[in-house]
Amino acid sequence: MIAVIDYKAGNLTSVKWAFAALGVDAVVTHDPHTILGAERVVFPGVGAAGAAMQSLKDLGLHTVIRDAAGSGKPFLGICVGTQVLFDASEEDGGVECLGLMPGSVKRFTPSDPSTKVPQMGWNQVNVARPHPLLDGIQDHSEFYFVHSYYPDVSDASHCVAQTDYADVTFSSVVGRDNLVATQFHVEKSGRVGLRVLENFTRWNGSSC
Amino acid sequence: MLTKRVIPCLDVRDKKVTKGVKFQDNVVLGDAVELAAQYYEQGCDELVFYDITASAERRPIDIEMVQEVAQTVHIPFAVGGGIATLDDMSRVLLAGAEKVSLNSLAVRNPDIIAEGARAFGSQCVVLGMDPVKTDDPAFPSGYEITIRGFRERTGMDALEWARRAEELGAGEIVVNSVDADGTRQGFELELTGLIARNVGVPVVASGGAGNSRHLAEVFTQAGADAAILAGMIHTGEFTIPDIKRDLVRAGIPIRQTW
Repeated sequence: MIAVIDYKAGNLTSVKWAFAALGVDAVVTHDPHTILGAERVVFPGVGAAGAAMQSLKDLGLHTVIRDAAGSGKPFLGICVGTQVLFDASEEDGGVECLGLMPGSVKRFTPSDPSTKVPQMGWNQVNVARPHPLLDGIQDHSEFYFVHSYYPDVSDASHCVAQTDYADVTFSSVVGRDNLVATQFHVEKSGRVGLRVLENFTRWNGSSC
Repeated sequence: MLTKRVIPCLDVRDKKVTKGVKFQDNVVLGDAVELAAQYYEQGCDELVFYDITASAERRPIDIEMVQEVAQTVHIPFAVGGGIATLDDMSRVLLAGAEKVSLNSLAVRNPDIIAEGARAFGSQCVVLGMDPVKTDDPAFPSGYEITIRGFRERTGMDALEWARRAEELGAGEIVVNSVDADGTRQGFELELTGLIARNVGVPVVASGGAGNSRHLAEVFTQAGADAAILAGMIHTGEFTIPDIKRDLVRAGIPIRQTW
């Protein structure tokens, strides 16, 4: 069973339907026992990092997520769920995050005023190193992004794939042991997105 | 590189997709969920649904249809028509839509934009506008906002309204030219470019798409981030793969793998 963590930070309907399309049993929950007992954990998120961290603390889930991530089970972050895995985010005047992924989350500051922030739409994901999550995914495939802030890893070996936007090349997929996380919305990225989710359901969580 | 988005628009009435010219003479083209699935398989980048009678009939939009679409297509889609309150927005988003499109009702109550952005995030709140060309010097941009499917003029300048909507928290603006709508003679490049150059959020061009060249023009000349198509694909005259191939050939960044 897959636990999709519901911490009132956005809409989990598309995540639910994406797993349903794959015929996979996914439970949307904020119950610590269900999360810790699940075979795999998905940690999504939409909105601002500050609000997300506050919701996690209010529900007592920040420690549950650390425990789930530390247990060795396959753990997938998506979008803001990915961002709050890092040490800190520049959003909301600076937010201390979960510290599970070394690095920080920074705001896009394009030099060209015609570059829109947020980045909204489909952009290429360029593979930096092999990872079971990206099995069968053609290099440079496009995925759906909506974000104003991007992950900046402090250890380059955690970068699984990269994307270019607003003068920066950022890590659009990061991985460390049993943690893997995407900045793009894998659940809204059509067939390639479903393939990534399917890969996650087959991954045993070991680093490659 | 961020690609330009190609977005089929489905005008829906009782779960059927219809198409009219200048908001009139609607003909039925097919089942909304089936057409959505077909365009998804063909590689469209996003979808937009307008429940065209919901607003006029003062009733909420068809949530069951939104749920069926969300179960079928795994790409972002927006829903508009008859959305008046935060509750309406919440229902549509929880049914699986990525965005809600506010139009006439946002003109009457602009605060709904700010309330929606605060509650759900700007990325969920799209402002749709229907500007019409005017020679009246009271409108500095040369375009006046209309509502209720062109039936009513508002006295509001199109560019001023776009800027105000961005300030209020709209995350994207759909510019639907009343003059070009349904003509299939090309997008209103002047209007689209004017809005795209003057707001910081993505701008979606709408109204007038008749062939691939029209899309190429609105991306390169007007700086649109996305383009909406309807009649040209609904009739089967063009398919999304055809259009995307033409756009790639024209050197436009387009999503090619799906």
